[in-house]
Amino acid sequence: MSDGLLGVVVAHGALALALVQEAERISGVPGVLRAVSNEGGGREEIERRIADAVAAEPSVVFVDMPCGSCFFAAMHIARQTAGMRVVTGVNLPMLLDFLNNRTLPPDEVAARAAVKGTDAIRKP
Amino acid sequence: MPIVLYRVDDRLVHGQVVIGWGKPLNLGFIVLLDDTVYGSDWERDLYRMGTPPEIELRFSDLAEAARQHAAWRAEPANGLVLTADVATMAAFRQAAPPVERINLGGIHHKPGRTPRLPYVYLSEEEYRALDALQQAGTVVTAQDLPTTRPVALEALR
Repeated sequence: MSDGLLGVVVAHGALALALVQEAERISGVPGVLRAVSNEGGGREEIERRIADAVAAEPSVVFVDMPCGSCFFAAMHIARQTAGMRVVTGVNLPMLLDFLNNRTLPPDEVAARAAVKGTDAIRKP
Repeated sequence: MPIVLYRVDDRLVHGQVVIGWGKPLNLGFIVLLDDTVYGSDWERDLYRMGTPPEIELRFSDLAEAARQHAAWRAEPANGLVLTADVATMAAFRQAAPPVERINLGGIHHKPGRTPRLPYVYLSEEEYRALDALQQAGTVVTAQDLPTTRPVALEALR
């Protein structure tokens, strides 16, 4: 993408689509995030879905949990894909930061997103 | 304690295994029986990264599993043996009996497989292999989580 990185959200069930829709609704930035569900897929199928969504573009792939089928599949695809980074524990603040900074280099965008996502977890 | 679950799940280590089953079974260790993972330092590191620290993740190929099975069964901690496919579990059962029960936890669509449950697709060859195991005394059921009802192999015909 000429105007910045692609974002792909990979999560259990309908979670990825919900996060993408709400991130777009809040930010007003459509078409940058893609959603991938692990629903009904084995390892190879989830990897195929991620590879299709990333389409070999420079990207950050946001995964819901730091373990499990979504995480392992994303890491396998990242190993084969230059310019793809993985961040776990996806949440809305993380995605919003990504949407606002996606013209930065992939490592920097991924690191920022991880910090923003972590910072959003508080106990007021 | 014996190995408390022998599971076939093509997603290998994931939430249903480490949380869904891991907590109620009080798992102390998981044996990941998979030649590809066993032979790759990168794969081993990846799966270690994705396993909660309270569960020890061990890696094995078939020969190592056959050697270690009796020792695993004699350990004080509860263990789970995990394979990605029916063929590996069947080979393990043949190489290192006894395996009293096999749990089909997630076998997803591939060419040649037909749906038996939303989370279990089997080819005819896989069904016959499981049926042969059952004829040999191993009870085979499908059950994704401990809170769902086990489904007998015959119902997957």
